[in-house]
Amino acid sequence: MATIITIYSLLGISLIVSFMKSKDKTLKAFKVAGKALLKSAPSLLTVLGIVGLTLGILTPETISGLVGAEAGFMATILAAVLGAITLIPSLVAFPLAGSLVRSGATVVTISAFVTTLVMVGFVTAPMEIRILGKKFTLLRNGLGFLAALIIALIMGVIL
Amino acid sequence: MKQVKKFKFPIIILIIFIGLAIWYPSIAYKSSRVTLDYFKEMAFIMPPVFILMGLMEIWVPKDKIQKWLGNGSGIRGGLISLALGTLPTGPLYVAFPMTATLLRKGASITNMIIFLGSWAALKIPQLMVEIKFLGIPFTGIRFVLTLIALIFIGLIMESLLRRNLGMAWLPPENEEMMKKQMGKTKM
Repeated sequence: MATIITIYSLLGISLIVSFMKSKDKTLKAFKVAGKALLKSAPSLLTVLGIVGLTLGILTPETISGLVGAEAGFMATILAAVLGAITLIPSLVAFPLAGSLVRSGATVVTISAFVTTLVMVGFVTAPMEIRILGKKFTLLRNGLGFLAALIIALIMGVIL
Repeated sequence: MKQVKKFKFPIIILIIFIGLAIWYPSIAYKSSRVTLDYFKEMAFIMPPVFILMGLMEIWVPKDKIQKWLGNGSGIRGGLISLALGTLPTGPLYVAFPMTATLLRKGASITNMIIFLGSWAALKIPQLMVEIKFLGIPFTGIRFVLTLIALIFIGLIMESLLRRNLGMAWLPPENEEMMKKQMGKTKM
């Protein structure tokens, strides 16, 4: 809700200023926006579908069951992969991580889950590719996944 | 035919949904509920975001962005990107069109990786929740390590990609205009 209010007030102010400065340029901005939105529509729909499917299949309970059933290195890799695939709102993700800690998951496993969860966006990848290109998306997410594993290992050593 | 190809992935997903509805109706029900919820959110957020990006495309001068966030912007550019990313501003997919616009206007790849990364991983409201459930040491160390990692990822991508990005955000005619402009500034 806060997001929506912020974005719409920003849009309102920008539009007023823009219209006062030049009507033509404002209309041109609308044209650019409309075309871009149409172009992104298929990838937006794809993202919506994938989000629904992953959240429908990989519920918080399923995830904690999966991660809880494994131990050691495999649990960490599994946690990293699950974190990369799912797109869970932080209000759900962090309590889940907290409950995993209580049920005995190691710091490395939790860090791997949390870090890939926020750094790697598998479900949003179709949209990222559409807007920023394949190379950029693959590199950003691939390097992010590697970095998440390294971060998890370092956190295991420190904490 | 071209229209069908464009919607190839949405159609595949629709087929998966139909399959689920036949064999696993409870999962199909849950998934469609989630999709519908996110659809409502996106329907509200995406149009204004794209209009804002359109306005930015038209109004914000290239040299300003280059100066603040370009290759020569140094630590200050990095800090601006970090600050922009950590602000409480909503889901990551909002940041993609913003990143594309900023890259086009001359922001450096390193700064944009910091921007996207902090948007996803270091958002202030999200950190609050993290502290509550995982504690300050965990959150603090993750913050620092993530920031260091983002800078490294940015620098690696900067050297690998330079300006060869396949950005598809703008309609092609504007892209061509951009190429001409970029050709000029490169000289």
